[in-house]
Amino acid sequence: MSDETVNIEINGEPLKARKGQMVIEVADDAGIRIPRFCYHKKLSVAANCRMCLVELEKAPKPMPACATPVGEGMKVYTQSPKALSAQKNTMEFLLINHPLDCPICDQGGECELQDLALGFGRGVSRYTEGKRVVSDPDLGPLISTDMTRCIHCTRCVRFTEEVAGYKELGATGRGEQMRIGTYIEQTVDHELSGNVIDLCPVGALNNKPFRFRGRAWEMTQHAQVSPHDPVGSNLWAHVLRGEFLRAVPRDNESINETWIADRDRYSNEGIYSEERVTTPLLRGKDGLQPVSWSEALEVAAKTLSDVIREHGADQLGALAAPGASVEEHFLFQALVRGLGSNNLDHRLGQVDFRSDGAEGHYPWFGITLEEIESLDGAMVIGSSLRKEAPMLAHRVRKAALNGTRVGLVNPAHYSYQFPTSGHLVRHGAELVTAAAEVVVALSEQLKASVPEEVQGLVKNVEPGAEARAIAEGLAAGESRWVMLGQLARSHPNWSELRALGLAAAGMANARFGVLSDGGNSAGAALAGVLPHRGPGAQAVKDAGLNAHEMFVSPRQAYLLLDCEPARDAWDSAAARDAMAGADKVIALASFMNEDLRQQADIVLPVGVYAESFGTRVNGEGRWQSSQGTVQPPGEARPAWKILRALGNVLELDGFEQMDPEEVLRDARAAIGEPGPGEENLDGVELAQPARPKGLWRLGEMPIYAVDALVRRSEPLQQTRDGRAAEARLAPADAEQLNVNDGDAVRVSLGNRGCRLLARIDTALPKGSVAVPVGLAETEGLGPRHGGVTVERI
Amino acid sequence: MKFHATKEFLPEDMREMINERVSRYPEGWQRSAVIDALREAQHRNGGYLDERWMDAIADQLDLPPIDVYEVATFYSMFETRPVGRNSVSICTNISCMLRGSDEIVEHAEKKLGIKVGQTTSDGRVYLKCEEECLAACKGAPMMMVNHKYHENLTPEKVDEILDGLE
Repeated sequence: MSDETVNIEINGEPLKARKGQMVIEVADDAGIRIPRFCYHKKLSVAANCRMCLVELEKAPKPMPACATPVGEGMKVYTQSPKALSAQKNTMEFLLINHPLDCPICDQGGECELQDLALGFGRGVSRYTEGKRVVSDPDLGPLISTDMTRCIHCTRCVRFTEEVAGYKELGATGRGEQMRIGTYIEQTVDHELSGNVIDLCPVGALNNKPFRFRGRAWEMTQHAQVSPHDPVGSNLWAHVLRGEFLRAVPRDNESINETWIADRDRYSNEGIYSEERVTTPLLRGKDGLQPVSWSEALEVAAKTLSDVIREHGADQLGALAAPGASVEEHFLFQALVRGLGSNNLDHRLGQVDFRSDGAEGHYPWFGITLEEIESLDGAMVIGSSLRKEAPMLAHRVRKAALNGTRVGLVNPAHYSYQFPTSGHLVRHGAELVTAAAEVVVALSEQLKASVPEEVQGLVKNVEPGAEARAIAEGLAAGESRWVMLGQLARSHPNWSELRALGLAAAGMANARFGVLSDGGNSAGAALAGVLPHRGPGAQAVKDAGLNAHEMFVSPRQAYLLLDCEPARDAWDSAAARDAMAGADKVIALASFMNEDLRQQADIVLPVGVYAESFGTRVNGEGRWQSSQGTVQPPGEARPAWKILRALGNVLELDGFEQMDPEEVLRDARAAIGEPGPGEENLDGVELAQPARPKGLWRLGEMPIYAVDALVRRSEPLQQTRDGRAAEARLAPADAEQLNVNDGDAVRVSLGNRGCRLLARIDTALPKGSVAVPVGLAETEGLGPRHGGVTVERI
Repeated sequence: MKFHATKEFLPEDMREMINERVSRYPEGWQRSAVIDALREAQHRNGGYLDERWMDAIADQLDLPPIDVYEVATFYSMFETRPVGRNSVSICTNISCMLRGSDEIVEHAEKKLGIKVGQTTSDGRVYLKCEEECLAACKGAPMMMVNHKYHENLTPEKVDEILDGLE
């Protein structure tokens, strides 16, 4: 857009506008309200609803304000008799076929059509002919449809095409027969699809799980922050009679703009799952029995002291979910360290910890979300970006469409919906070589020498065309970025991938970042839920065991903070065995699962993200606090309260806080201002990865299996992404194994195995089989990445 | 998104024809070739389009299938359900109406035993509902049979034409 300024007048008010801006934008900025349906600031201009007709001086007919660019000296009248008459006539036409079913429509009370009909509609309709009726397509478990209400603004169609990146909805037929839909029976599957609900100005597309459960004017609205990925999308929680009924986006241009991912929108449905733990439970003769809080805390404290007296503090292992809040993480580590153990971690999905000492103070993107849009070149290593962090993927897509050259190095051909400079796809065991190829190509491109530390990894590596294209893209322009995703972080050769990423970033003078698990891994690291660092990234004297070591060298007792080791752990088999073999397992848990039922000695019910004050640090290093919006159900309590009470019963220091704000103050004081810290390669021993025999398990974490809450959201589980319990095979491997699409196969790792349906997927390189983690079907199966056998049954 | 068919479904010569059409437009405007591709597909598929053909065309043109569905359902010349082998459209727009097209329609309906919009049970004739003037007013009343115009119609002439259809 041009920077040239023009002078215009709206309703006699002189205004300055940028040349090329549309009248409606200038009016919006000036606070002059023009009615509209199809116009949306984040979408292309369609000008098909005609509601924003305004009068222009010297124009013979009213013009749509959304599609009329401003010009010098233009005089606009938005409420002149001519403009009002045009707007009222448009409204009359729009209402011809719109049903008068507001009393049973969920949109009632927050409906743009209803609001504007009040201002521009006639009191009584002149229309006596028959109205149009449209059948409703089934768009899946998230979006309800009442297409008779549709006014054909096409906001939803433009959203799927322009923002989501794949046009799933369209307008079929013409004239009276035109309808919005998918034409064929087809669900809408994109991970941002729920945004069409907010975009729809009428009640045609609505929140399906929320249907008929509340009215806009009955609910109260509370600011929340999503805990499911490091973006930290801002939400409004809508609450009716103490129940968190739905989530909608809270505009924040620098984080989630005006959108949220479906995972953020529908995870609240998990809060009211039947698996919620609502009373403290203690193991008795007949399994877990409800007890009072005082008894539960008493026994938990005694159990912890007994274990430490008998076996030593080293025999206590403590694991926290990366989505828990800073306050919870801080008290959790204070409790465990107060008891004398450093066996503390939140990185359950990781296996390679060789780089621990050389990593920054906390995992972060290395860049702000807004800055991504102005990059020239970027490279992402090991990330199914769209599924790992949908809103981050959206930013990268925007950047790519805007000219940023984005290259990808991945263990499978993930779909991105944007043009890339190259997509280098290699077998999981060769991912390191793939990254090395880019490093070599980059050194040739930039005439820079490969850093000494990674010389061993690039020896005899000859870059292919794709690697060269990625290197060329990354070397383009001035501002550059290298990011490693969750698949890289969970890779057995994380250290090598990280080293190569750092080497590339160093050579290209690019920023370096990491996409970590959960909504607060940055906060967890800063709060000190790490075996080798306390709050504020202070090194501890005797480093404890990391998450993986705690499972492979089992401890006598475990303390869990809202994690499900058999689903979250990198080696889920070792985790399950360790829990089963432990003398005592004390779990602070929001949800029950079969493992807890079998293995836990004490279960202390905790609140989920919206149920207590909590602070989370997102991937930009941005601290965001939100209040408790609803009460935890039954006897469940916010985890910070339970941890504080446990600290008191154990007579430890530092547990005197009266409210969570005070915990946050203490945490901030202990953390200080360490900054992101330096990423380097000091003391990291790098090795050439070995390729195991047979197939390679690519352990993807499905988008709707990332944490305990999301796993309980029924609507999300019913989506296509939620039904991910499949073993996806490359066509060549399927042929060799004599497996057809849809056949049942047995996936075995050592003596563990599970039955899954096979899918033939051309996105996978030969020799790889994608067997997801985090699902009921694959829990306890074993290592997330590595050798696996598959056979037809 | 699961495709009902991929581009391999299309005959080789048809794919070449589509590529040739695409080459007539600037890069990135391959959707301009949708109409030509659909017309070809309709001819090769016995007069109508189904999801296999439409999805295959979408795949060939690297478009989401809904883009192709939108075009196919917008134009009345495309059929999206099975119809008879011979397509008969009798114009009923104003010039033809003034020259007696209503009687021609009535005659054809009676002769074929079907209403406008239907196909005879033997699948021989599809009496298409024409939506707009076919621009042959000078010869009204007129009808189009398989892309061929017949003008100055009389019931006898209609009989003759319809009887001559395979």
